[in-house]
Amino acid sequence: MGNAMKQKTDVLQGTLALMVLKTLDVLGSLHGYGIARRIEQISGDLLSVNQGTLYPVLLKLEQEGAIASEWGASENNRRARFYRLTREGRKQLQVETQDWEQTAAIIGRFFEAKAGDLP
Amino acid sequence: MKSLRRFFSRLGSFGAQRAQEARLKEEIDEHLALQTAENLRSGLPPDEARRQATLKFGGVEAVKENYRAQRGIVFIETFFQDLRYAFRMLRKSPGFTAIAVFTLALAIGANAVVFAALNALILRPLDVPQAQSLYGIERGMDHFPAQSYPDYLDLRDRNRTFDGLAAYNIGMAGLDTGESVFPDWVYEVSGNYFDVLGIQPYLGRFFHSADEHGPNSAPYVVLAYAYWHSHFQDDRGVVGRTVQLNKHPFTILGVAPPNFHGTLMFLYPDSFVPMVNQEQIEGSSSLNARGNRWIFMCLGHLKPGVTPAQAVADLNSIGSDLEKTYPKDDGNMTFVLARPSLYGDYLGRPAKAFLTALMMLAGLILLAACANLGSLFAARAADRSREVALRLALGSTRLRILRQLFTEAILISLMGGAAGLWGSVMLLQWLRAWQPFPQFPINLPVTPDANVYLVALLLALASGFLFGAVPVRQVLHTNPYGVIKSGSTGRAGQRITVREVLIAVQIAICAVLVTSSFVAVRGLTRSLHSNFGFDPQNSLLVQIDLNIIGYKGDAVPTMQKRMIEALRTIPGVASVGLGSQPPLSNGRPTDSIVFGDATTDLRPVNSATDAVVFSVSPEYFHAEGTALLAGRDFTWQDDKNAPRVAAINEEFAREVFNSVPNAMGRYFKMPDGTRIQVVGVVEQGKYASLTEDPQTAMFFPILQVPSSQTSLVVRSSDAPQQLSAAVRSRLRDLDAGLDVMIQTRSEAMDFVFFPSHVGTVALGLLGVMGALLSVTGIFGMAAYSVSKRRRELGIRIALGAQRKEVLQAALGRALKLLAGASAAGLLLGILASRVLSSIVYQATPRDPLVLAGVVLAMLFLGLLATWIPAQRALSIDPVILLREE
Repeated sequence: MGNAMKQKTDVLQGTLALMVLKTLDVLGSLHGYGIARRIEQISGDLLSVNQGTLYPVLLKLEQEGAIASEWGASENNRRARFYRLTREGRKQLQVETQDWEQTAAIIGRFFEAKAGDLP
Repeated sequence: MKSLRRFFSRLGSFGAQRAQEARLKEEIDEHLALQTAENLRSGLPPDEARRQATLKFGGVEAVKENYRAQRGIVFIETFFQDLRYAFRMLRKSPGFTAIAVFTLALAIGANAVVFAALNALILRPLDVPQAQSLYGIERGMDHFPAQSYPDYLDLRDRNRTFDGLAAYNIGMAGLDTGESVFPDWVYEVSGNYFDVLGIQPYLGRFFHSADEHGPNSAPYVVLAYAYWHSHFQDDRGVVGRTVQLNKHPFTILGVAPPNFHGTLMFLYPDSFVPMVNQEQIEGSSSLNARGNRWIFMCLGHLKPGVTPAQAVADLNSIGSDLEKTYPKDDGNMTFVLARPSLYGDYLGRPAKAFLTALMMLAGLILLAACANLGSLFAARAADRSREVALRLALGSTRLRILRQLFTEAILISLMGGAAGLWGSVMLLQWLRAWQPFPQFPINLPVTPDANVYLVALLLALASGFLFGAVPVRQVLHTNPYGVIKSGSTGRAGQRITVREVLIAVQIAICAVLVTSSFVAVRGLTRSLHSNFGFDPQNSLLVQIDLNIIGYKGDAVPTMQKRMIEALRTIPGVASVGLGSQPPLSNGRPTDSIVFGDATTDLRPVNSATDAVVFSVSPEYFHAEGTALLAGRDFTWQDDKNAPRVAAINEEFAREVFNSVPNAMGRYFKMPDGTRIQVVGVVEQGKYASLTEDPQTAMFFPILQVPSSQTSLVVRSSDAPQQLSAAVRSRLRDLDAGLDVMIQTRSEAMDFVFFPSHVGTVALGLLGVMGALLSVTGIFGMAAYSVSKRRRELGIRIALGAQRKEVLQAALGRALKLLAGASAAGLLLGILASRVLSSIVYQATPRDPLVLAGVVLAMLFLGLLATWIPAQRALSIDPVILLREE
């Protein structure tokens, strides 16, 4: 049970990280809630529960230097942590986007292939 | 690169925990606030808006945990967290902690002490180079290491498997520095002794084979380091100085290195002299007597590549040749090899058997302690099921909870191990300084070394895991929903729980220990009152070797006669006898084969018996309290000019002459052909050890077989100790140099009682420990069961249950368990005591007193342990109880 759960979170974390980077790339500086909302809007139910899982991912990205954070004021005028993409994060996003597209293309081709297509 | 950076970032954040934690909390709060505001905008009522936001966020604690995992070096951090938590939990229940630590300290301490002894005496080789290939030689069926000098020379020169063969004998001499005389334990060694062992001098030089040129040709002495240090104050100028050993001049050649203590583990020599000078040290020479086996042991290194079996074959072929060449002197010339450090198999085998048995019993103690703590931990885990359930509900993993429980168990086991080790080091220090026999410089080198510490640590860790593992299943099967809903009532069915099995195992083990200690104590008391063939009460033993103070030849018997006369006039003395060496005292009595009168071919194979030999004065039997069954006592007329006579014991009479009456007036022959007439028969006794089979013995008049070794037996009407001052002064009047050793006859027997004493004390201590453990075990279980069932018992009392019924409900199960497990343990103990009978004299478990004793003891322990829980069960007041609920 624990193993299956771990795998699932690993996949989730990997894709979540990419989504976070893309979100910050598109929308600029954002706080955690904003990022969660954006991902929810675009991905549907991936983050409709367990929004909290976002925060360990944010910390990981920050430790890797892909994003940076600073305190700012939120919509209701309270202190909130704002994240933005760093130069290194932008590079990482490029690389990972390419990787992802490649992987997606390969997987896509696999799913499209029928028995008769193979020699 | 990325991971490296992350690692450093994590290391950095390890310290900044609090700030990070606060930041996360603030972020989460803000996140929830924003989500709530959003929900409010979409028209939800405030409460519901907040609830939905929280639901959407997911488990806050799990996120925090995950966040922390991301942030820090997880392992170290959670370890410290667990440790802190464990400390807090243990501090919260000091009673539990104290009992657990104490239990383990006892068990691990016992194991450490026994292992230290095993390690020092059996596992650790002698401190000489290449000790692994060093073997001692033992001869014959009874594996006794003694050899004669001519046989030694043959073995040394003709073997092809040893890298040199050395020999040594232990003697006692007076060392006269010119200013004062010191007692000196001398190793008489072969010239090649140091070279064979590969020992280098600390100071000066050693003697070698080349220094020996026949009897008394090498008057050299090498001092042991400790003796040089204590008696010569580290004076480096001693080399070359001449000292007197038993009034003969010897030149000090050098000093042995500090870590060399001879080749017998427990008796450190003071000095070493060449064996060829035996006559000067001992007063007579046996260098040419092939039949006189006085050499303590021969030993040497096997040549590289030679197996012990090859060496034995080599020695045996020399032996069979010697048997053919010297049929009169050499019989039974078959050999075995043994480790020399404990006098070969002679002491090594019983010591090994005893220590191994003790180690097993100590292991049982530890097992019992683990079972005890396991059930305590299971009970504790059951009490904490609410806490566990809460943690599970908050998103903690089961693994994390188990790790927490194990941290607690290991913490306890390490604390217990440390306490136990400390105690054992204290005990070992005391053992190290212990001098069981004042007349021998006994040294028990039981200093704990790295091995002992390592074993204690491993035992502590292993037992921690063992008893920590007991509640694992319980935790894995906790259903948080159920527990929180219903409270921790637990199952109250008749099902046998793990805890009960553990307690039963523990009680059974403790009953085994209690049984063996009873068997041992009973064996000892019985052996104290068995028939020794003499009466040790009300008599003094006065010992001296006249040779050491310079008496030679005819001067010896004259002096001995004067000593007897002098002591007899002391008021209160009933009779005085004199012997060479009394039975059942220090040392092994000498023995000799004898032949029937009709035998003409005096080869060992034709001998009638092998009897122990004593030289005694007239009136000796009376002084010893030995009954004369037939014939007469010796007189002073039985001297060198009179026909040779002897008194024999019952076994001798039976074995050689078929019966006691038949033996009177008959003759037997010594190996040299001397005919000896039997003039008396005395009662059977014990001569070398308490456990020996009936042994043949013969007594010769001291004037016919003189001995410079002098043991005066002084029988008094009462309180023999009060006579010792008078004895000393009377003897000083005869010769100022008569510095005698005075003991009561029973004290002198300490030597033969030593194994039983040690065995009894060790087994008794283990028995007490077993009893303590079973008390804590039963107490824990009974107390727990009462506290768990308070409500039920209260209702029973309210409904009118009688005291008896309440007690039965509360403790019936505990007592049943106790009875069953004790019975099992008693049976096991009876089986195990077979092992004991080899150590403790007359140890038999089939003794109604022992059986009754064990049953009573277990009953008493059970009562003791259930007393407080029973009182608690009876004092339950249903009114208070119902009000509380």
